[in-house]
Amino acid sequence: MDEKLFEYAPAPESRSVVDIKPAYGLFIDGEWVDGSGEDRNKTIDPSNEEPLAEIAVATAEDVDRAVAAARRAHEKVWGPMPGRERAKYLYRIARIIQERSRELAVLESIDNGKPIRESRDVDVPLVAAHFFYYAGWADKLGHAGFGANPRSLGVAGQVIPWNFPLMMLAWKIAPALATGNTVVLKPAETTPLTALLFAEICQQAELPNGVVNIVTGAGGTGRLLVGHDGIDKVAFTGSTEVGKEIARAVAGTRKRLTLELGGKAANIVFDDAPLDQAVEGIVNAIFFNQGHVCCAGSRLLVQESVAGELLDRLKRRMATLRVGDPLDKNTDIGAINSGEQLAKIRELADSGEDEGAERWSPPCELPQRGFWFAPTVFTGVAQSHRIAREEIFGPVLSVLTFRTPDEAIEKANNTPYGLSAGVWTEKGSRILWAAERLRAGVVWANTFNKFDPASPFGGYKESGFGREGGRHGLEAYLDV
Amino acid sequence: MSERLSVRKTYKLYIGGAFPRSESGRSYVVNDAKGRFLANASQASRKDVRDAVVAARKAFGGWSSRTPYNRGQILYRVAEMLEGRRTQFVDELRAGGAAKTAASAEVDAAIDRWVWYAGWADKIGAVAGNANPVAGPFFNLSTPEPSGVVGIVAPDSALLGLVSVVAPAIVTGNTAVVVASEPAPLPAITLAEVLATSDLPGGVVNLLTGRRAELAPWLASHMDVNAIDLAGVSEEAVTDLEKAAADNLKRVLRPGIGDWSAEPGTDRMTAFLETKTVWHPVGV
Amino acid sequence: MPTGAELRAFLHGLPGVDQVGADERAARLGARSIKTTAKARAIDLAISMVDLTTLEGADTAGKVRALCAKAVRPDPAQPDAPKVGAVCVYPDLVEVAVDALQGSGIGVASVATAFPAGRAPLEAKLADTRAAVAAGASEIDMVIDRGAFLAGDYLKVHEEIVETRRACGDAHLKVILETGELRTYDNVRRASWLAMRAGADFIKTSTGKISPAATLPVTMIMLEAVRDFRDATGRTVGVKPAGGIRTTKDAIKYLVMVNEVAGPDWLTPDLFRLGASSLLNDLLMQRRKLATGVYSGPDHFTLD
Repeated sequence: MDEKLFEYAPAPESRSVVDIKPAYGLFIDGEWVDGSGEDRNKTIDPSNEEPLAEIAVATAEDVDRAVAAARRAHEKVWGPMPGRERAKYLYRIARIIQERSRELAVLESIDNGKPIRESRDVDVPLVAAHFFYYAGWADKLGHAGFGANPRSLGVAGQVIPWNFPLMMLAWKIAPALATGNTVVLKPAETTPLTALLFAEICQQAELPNGVVNIVTGAGGTGRLLVGHDGIDKVAFTGSTEVGKEIARAVAGTRKRLTLELGGKAANIVFDDAPLDQAVEGIVNAIFFNQGHVCCAGSRLLVQESVAGELLDRLKRRMATLRVGDPLDKNTDIGAINSGEQLAKIRELADSGEDEGAERWSPPCELPQRGFWFAPTVFTGVAQSHRIAREEIFGPVLSVLTFRTPDEAIEKANNTPYGLSAGVWTEKGSRILWAAERLRAGVVWANTFNKFDPASPFGGYKESGFGREGGRHGLEAYLDV
Repeated sequence: MSERLSVRKTYKLYIGGAFPRSESGRSYVVNDAKGRFLANASQASRKDVRDAVVAARKAFGGWSSRTPYNRGQILYRVAEMLEGRRTQFVDELRAGGAAKTAASAEVDAAIDRWVWYAGWADKIGAVAGNANPVAGPFFNLSTPEPSGVVGIVAPDSALLGLVSVVAPAIVTGNTAVVVASEPAPLPAITLAEVLATSDLPGGVVNLLTGRRAELAPWLASHMDVNAIDLAGVSEEAVTDLEKAAADNLKRVLRPGIGDWSAEPGTDRMTAFLETKTVWHPVGV
Repeated sequence: MPTGAELRAFLHGLPGVDQVGADERAARLGARSIKTTAKARAIDLAISMVDLTTLEGADTAGKVRALCAKAVRPDPAQPDAPKVGAVCVYPDLVEVAVDALQGSGIGVASVATAFPAGRAPLEAKLADTRAAVAAGASEIDMVIDRGAFLAGDYLKVHEEIVETRRACGDAHLKVILETGELRTYDNVRRASWLAMRAGADFIKTSTGKISPAATLPVTMIMLEAVRDFRDATGRTVGVKPAGGIRTTKDAIKYLVMVNEVAGPDWLTPDLFRLGASSLLNDLLMQRRKLATGVYSGPDHFTLD
């Protein structure tokens, strides 16, 4: 039989559902306003480097206006509003997200480069679910375990990353609004479009002016926001390096802080693991969203007695991964979000080779234009190699082996990070034993990269502090 | 016949279950409220901080994996030991300037506080944990776990304040390096003697006396300390310590409580707890 | 012949299957989008893999002849449509089918071994098999003794397959696991290996008489088994999901799964079959839609 017989034909999702404007301003106090400065960022489609839109860069004056609008809204409207009314606004938003889900998914894939399969089946449904979940809390805060009548903090300054642009927005805005806070949110400079579409959704929901303000820009705008005297709360998701910078910036203030930062998660496979599901789990752990995932299972720790067999299976599976057009419904791995990130991934992968690890990628043709990186696995990696210690934030897996359970735990915890970990074994007591010892905020046993609005997410150690999601996620926005 | 000359106590540090002098060989004079000499307290150095952190880290694995019931028993045992030395603490507080009734009340409150926190050992998990109803075939449970080694700059409330910051940190399984009140360090060392005889494993609590301004920055910047309680830090010193703590993203508890006799609530425990969420598929 | 203890140790030593993970993977494969040219090729491939089946107590020679006519010429309006993989009938109707298919190149498969329950003495099962082969069946679809399997008597199951294999002579042996009665994916994996070790040429999901019949995850577990069995032994075994596959969309999901789990080597009627009856008309209807660009309706396809 001809090998090509069953080559899948292109199955592109239509771009026509989205309407990208040539230029965007800032969303402040319920209105679109031009930035006060001259500076503009261009956001591009990372799969072909075509410019998508010009984006305003918010200045100190703009951030002032946004914070002032949020403050007014908190004092006059949103803070005093009964929880049940706030809830209904959030339910409205959740519904509009569901109604416009295809548009949001396509726009996310265009701006971010992630496969439409993920934006359609993971990101956007979770975004709607997150608003739905926290909507329900808005009028039940007295039952959440933080006192009978917990108060909101005030104005939250929120800075989010480019890997899950809309989902990170939801993780920030939904709990903040449910608890009665108002927000000024800055999306990442390479992925602002879905946040700007969300602003439009706020208008459709008739959310009171100033409750949600979106200011665009790069790190400079982020610094202006987190350093602003008028905010009560800073929530940041991004790199550990910037997280530390923010922690220093809020030192000595009364601002409350939550940080969700980097990771270098160990995914531990014991020799009695359900191997086929473990292979899927490994693939999902490191190649989901091109590996642009803070909780990615980027270190595979496999028991030596099963390492050969597992790696054979993993490589065979990797050969079926489809890399290419993010809008093709059959794409498994899309584009790297930016040239800058691609350079970083390349640099770290090269260091892996230089340090003596063995590099392997399945044969795959990468498109000529845009930012691409083939799924890559390094074997023979030592704990001391950079690719075993540093967050690569790309589709690059480092494989290490262990001999005994104790050694696995020791290696897994031997990192300044502590966001997530994976354990694969059919033995129940070993799962619980390992889960107890892993110093990580999320432990996925016989699964990986699962998210749910009801489930708290966040790190130990230098992966940050505070939790997003679940009952725990309320605490970050309440005066407790 | 002349009166019997009393035997004075040498106030030393408490590190890893032992009572060493400061490696620096330094001490400083502690006076009573009227300015009369009371004792020479050890003046700990950065190297004592280093040693204390090593001891606390070493003790963390064992202490955090004790059953909560066992930790509760040990904290309750601390209360028992403290009760037995009630008079000694009242005298020590009076020597520091407290009136008799106030000193008595403070010791009582400190004992009761140990009892209060002892009871939390096997309950905080129920209050701070959660079974999460996720939308899929998964078991999903969040449980609180100790952050690790907690640095504590204790407040000037020499006994009640000290107990109120140490007990909530360790009851959940953390280990602690404590910088005692600078002007009133003596009850802290006497408390260490209580701890040393209460089945509390060595290294779970390590007590240093000396200059806050000298010791706190080493604690705040130490990369193997996971969290820091700034209870006894002055407003002007907070910013720099918080900045130093950011280097490894310590959990920071800012100063703020003035009245240590108030009902404590759970905040000082939850400040040094991480939430771990475990997922597992549900299938046959 | 292995001992019972060896078989048990081997089968219980196979890696476990996590149900939720397996379901997820199968669902994700099912979400592949097969369009245009790929879809056209997939439809023809699927038609060529259909084991067109009638297994009713009410079957008659007339019914079987009608089915055979359909097998040879599935759609009179589309003479270029491929013929099906085989026709599958009860043993007593094999002769009728062989006659009707003379010269068409289409084989006759027959269920045997006291299908569907398999609750008969081994001698009766073997006689059933020999009769079907003697009547001209080129493929035998046997059922395993699920009772023995669930009771842990793997050796009995093994021996029955070996005996049936012998009774088949040159005919190909498909071993029906009846996965709907085995219930767990771990059992499906063990039964697959048991059947392959005992000499199965094909492993087949179901009789079609028990619900659930074929499902995507169960078929995936079996595809993994044949893939791993070839790695281990060098022998290639085929897979046949049967029952419950009714639409083109379903059939394409199975082909995607074959392609990505076992690999393209299995994308041939020699190694993959779809046990179905109503599926064929839907495949033909979709085929005509691709050819003409307009949607068709059931009145335009023969009911046989």
